Amino acid sequence: MAAAPRRVTVVSPRTTAARTRRVAVTEEIDEQTGVGDAFMRSLIRSQLRLGLLVLAALGVVVGLLPLLFVVAPGVRNSEVVGVPLAWVVLGFLVYPVLVALGWFYVRHAERTERDFAEMVERE
Amino acid sequence: MNPAAGWTAVFVISLATAVIGGFGLRISRTTSDFYVASRSVGPVLNASAIGGEYLSAASFLGIAGLILTYGADMLWYPVGWTAGYLVLLVLVAAPLRRSGAYTLPDFAEARLESQHVRSWSGLLVCLIGWLYLMPQFQGAGITLQTVTGAPSWLGGVVVAAVVVLNVVAGGMRSITFVQAFQYWLKLTAIGVPLLFLVMVWRGDGAPPVPTGPMPDIDRPAHALYSTYSLILATFLGTMGLPHVLVRFYTNPDGRQARRTTLAVLGLLGLFYLMPAVYGALGRIYAPDLAGSDTVVLELPGRMVGGLGGDLLGALVAAGAFAAFLSTCSGLTVSVAGVLSQDVLSRSFTGTSLRGVTSFRLAACAAVAVPLMLALAGADVPVANAVGLAFAVAASTFCPLLLLGIWWRRLTPPGAVAGLVVGGVLSAFAVLMTIAVDLDAGWVDTLLAQPAAWSVPAAFLTMLVVSRLTRSRVPPNVDRTMVRLHTPEQVNVDRGPEAVRASL
Repeated sequence: MAAAPRRVTVVSPRTTAARTRRVAVTEEIDEQTGVGDAFMRSLIRSQLRLGLLVLAALGVVVGLLPLLFVVAPGVRNSEVVGVPLAWVVLGFLVYPVLVALGWFYVRHAERTERDFAEMVERE
Repeated sequence: MNPAAGWTAVFVISLATAVIGGFGLRISRTTSDFYVASRSVGPVLNASAIGGEYLSAASFLGIAGLILTYGADMLWYPVGWTAGYLVLLVLVAAPLRRSGAYTLPDFAEARLESQHVRSWSGLLVCLIGWLYLMPQFQGAGITLQTVTGAPSWLGGVVVAAVVVLNVVAGGMRSITFVQAFQYWLKLTAIGVPLLFLVMVWRGDGAPPVPTGPMPDIDRPAHALYSTYSLILATFLGTMGLPHVLVRFYTNPDGRQARRTTLAVLGLLGLFYLMPAVYGALGRIYAPDLAGSDTVVLELPGRMVGGLGGDLLGALVAAGAFAAFLSTCSGLTVSVAGVLSQDVLSRSFTGTSLRGVTSFRLAACAAVAVPLMLALAGADVPVANAVGLAFAVAASTFCPLLLLGIWWRRLTPPGAVAGLVVGGVLSAFAVLMTIAVDLDAGWVDTLLAQPAAWSVPAAFLTMLVVSRLTRSRVPPNVDRTMVRLHTPEQVNVDRGPEAVRASL
């Protein structure tokens, strides 16, 4: 006669295990864990990349002007409303470009920081 | 020009500066007030103050003189001085504010956890500050001589006296009000006369501006190299100027530091439209002034003449004096801060030479040295001398800041080696340019515009020596990086406050 299967108590297997708590990334950063470090590095890298992008734009738009004026003297001396182009560009047009680049950077840097703050403070 | 109008202008500006400074005196009480205005300065006020402090004798007088003499190539000076703020904005502004340090040596010590790097940074702050102050005093001498006929030493002495009194009395809080006022004063003083000058020019049938160098002036040799070296020095040097950095600590947080910098870009761009026009008009109406720094001062008298010319001339002279006073004040505060924290407080510990007393004493020393140099008669055009200060800053503090903020593996020995190499190379070039009269040629050009070789040398030294001493990476560098880069609203452990809270 086959023994009746022993009755067992069915319970959740994890009641005795420590309850996992979802840890905010801010704590990971404070404890300097691998996760926290990865978040910090990614923040720093994206801010650096943004900065270098703006500088590259500055280098191309403004930095190449001296070379252009030497290679193509005709451009330098061509006149816009009676003023040589070099004067117009260096005396006036450069400044709005600088402000625009700065504005672009501030917008994106702030967005990166907002995203970072939301991500690391989420529990 | 009518000396009475000139004297009145100079007197009124000095008095106004002192009165606004005195207004600040009533508010500033503690040592931290003296240094950074308790960090409660709003962004608009702060941006005006940065502009006011930054626009020096070189911007107000020097650029127009160089443009008159050499033509459009010299427009790179104002372009570079503005673009330097863009580089500062994208790579330095927010992290530097978040570092929480008062001065460059504070930053160096907090980031590299090394007293040694701090000392070298202090030395360089003094060197750059003095190099920048010297042409301000020279410019003041030229201005007072031009508008009143006074001997050329007097202007420098007047500026030095007003600055010392003001800094000693009020510290930086008053300086912030003064500086903001100075920006708008300078803009008015250079802009209003310009309207009249342009009207005269149009009335004359708008004669064309002669291009190219003026007759009797040698075309500068190796113009393309000089231009690029100048671009490197000004784009990278701005962040390394001691008086520029101190200003950033008065922003409430990193985000505001960025927004302030953006406003500064706009304010500087607006101002720098004007010296170029003075230079261009000078080429038509005052070609005999080629090679001097006085075109901005003399043009109103020559083109308008009579009582109107006298009044406009007095207004320009007032603006020029505002330029000397504001830049000198900022530099004096910075240099005095370093002298009092790192020299006086330390060597006389045990005596009562601490806090405010030592700051006041240091302010006198900060002004005395460059005044002596200016009176001893170093003869370099004002804008060029300031350009050399930028080259030293770009060769020293620029690599320290950029690598310190973005590269974890920078070590104290690497930082010191880079500061020394960059500092020695650029200072050598400056000394040769000021003291020795070389024949025009490659050697002369390389020394007159050292940034193109001294900046890469400094960067390379810092990188290589840091890699060779990799065991010396500061132990808390990860925590420091969290402090530098995490936005303030995120609540994380940023490590101990970098600044000594009580002095």
